[in-house]
Amino acid sequence: MIYLDNAATSWPKPESVAEAMTRFLHDIGATPGRSGHRLAHAAERVRFQAREAVAELFGATDPLRVVFTINATTAINLVLFGLLAPGSHVVTTGMEHNAVMRPLRALERRGVQVSIVPCGPDGTLDPATVPHCFRPNTQLVVVNHASNVCGTVLPVREIGALARKAGIPLLVDAAQTGGAWPIDLRRDNIDLLAFSGHKGLLGPSGTGGLVFGPEFDVKRLPPLIHGGTGSRSEHEVQPDFLPDKYEAGTPNTVGLAGLAAGVRWVLERGVTCIREHEAALLGRLLDGLRAVPGVRVFGTLDVRTQTAVVAFALVGKSPDTVAQALDERFGILCRPGLHCAPLAHRTLGTAPLGTVRFSPGPFTSVDEVEQAVCAVRELAHV
Amino acid sequence: MYNGVSEFVVILVHSTSHAIRAESVLRRAGVAVKLIPTPRHLSSDCGSALRVAAGDRARCEEILRVANVPIDRFAALET
Repeated sequence: MIYLDNAATSWPKPESVAEAMTRFLHDIGATPGRSGHRLAHAAERVRFQAREAVAELFGATDPLRVVFTINATTAINLVLFGLLAPGSHVVTTGMEHNAVMRPLRALERRGVQVSIVPCGPDGTLDPATVPHCFRPNTQLVVVNHASNVCGTVLPVREIGALARKAGIPLLVDAAQTGGAWPIDLRRDNIDLLAFSGHKGLLGPSGTGGLVFGPEFDVKRLPPLIHGGTGSRSEHEVQPDFLPDKYEAGTPNTVGLAGLAAGVRWVLERGVTCIREHEAALLGRLLDGLRAVPGVRVFGTLDVRTQTAVVAFALVGKSPDTVAQALDERFGILCRPGLHCAPLAHRTLGTAPLGTVRFSPGPFTSVDEVEQAVCAVRELAHV
Repeated sequence: MYNGVSEFVVILVHSTSHAIRAESVLRRAGVAVKLIPTPRHLSSDCGSALRVAAGDRARCEEILRVANVPIDRFAALET
């Protein structure tokens, strides 16, 4: 079996992830933030190790500015529904995932104005076009860091600099780049970074979160979910301080134990090293697939501007039948279709059928991607 | 303990996340610190507080200020 669906969820995970989760369930198990007994403290230390690891990965100096949610989508919703009131305006791109587009369309029905900066047919975006959309009531710029469809990386640093110049905060959806592409909140001019825990950070599903850049004032952002935090229990209103303000309810501590181990693995290996490995795999996939007659590959086709996500189509064959044949005949697991990103597919010209997506990860070998190319070659000749 | 005055003070924080952050920063600076359940007579919070030696108070205040760790206040640990 060859797993090429890391853009959905990375697999396998480092051994240390399952070990940390098992250890937590066996030896700790308690809820952090409540009670003052030794297991509650141990649980809080586990959660804090996850905060520290995530802060280090993204260049955040204060671990308390890392808040956990159950996925990147919830973190994105928290920001969008918190910052965008009726009558306000938001700028986004033509390459967004539904994690951004669906909340924005819902907000649009409530009177939020949405501008979409068009991207090229390879998913690229010229940052200089972004400020043309700015209006006096623009409250936020929200962009994905890399497309989950074709891997194209957007110039967030340049977009962030232009947004900052206009006094507009930037929210980056880093679901596809966290752990796989270097990110530094300050250097990249990011005010709000939504991350997924179960992709490049190598943690389990049910983990994700939001990191606040040093310049973002959290007083501007109300919580999305209100409830118990273990702090200020005498008050019936949500605490106003980080991280409790955005962490109501019992957290997924066993998941965070795994996340801390996953991010620690990434930090020890080094994002640059992981990136080099994945760029080598990407290069093999791009070269191999482009050489197959009848295969069309989408995106920038350049390993310097693309994460290890490859979108392709076989002429005359629907993506779902290709993916099914890859699974059943070759044991190659990938994802066909629209990838929860119809807007991105329209930009690439691949809607409504979509594409087949290969997404190798840190544990994928060169031999495995070569086998995948051979399998596609065989299917193309049928 | 002598003359009814505790040899410890309590650092009250807003949240256990802050308690762990404070503990981590103080430990790194070589301060002996212990996490304790928040004494009920000092706060109605159901979380945790930190206990340090009374003689370390000024040093702790400075370390936490420099590290930008939010705290509620210091309080004497009555017995």
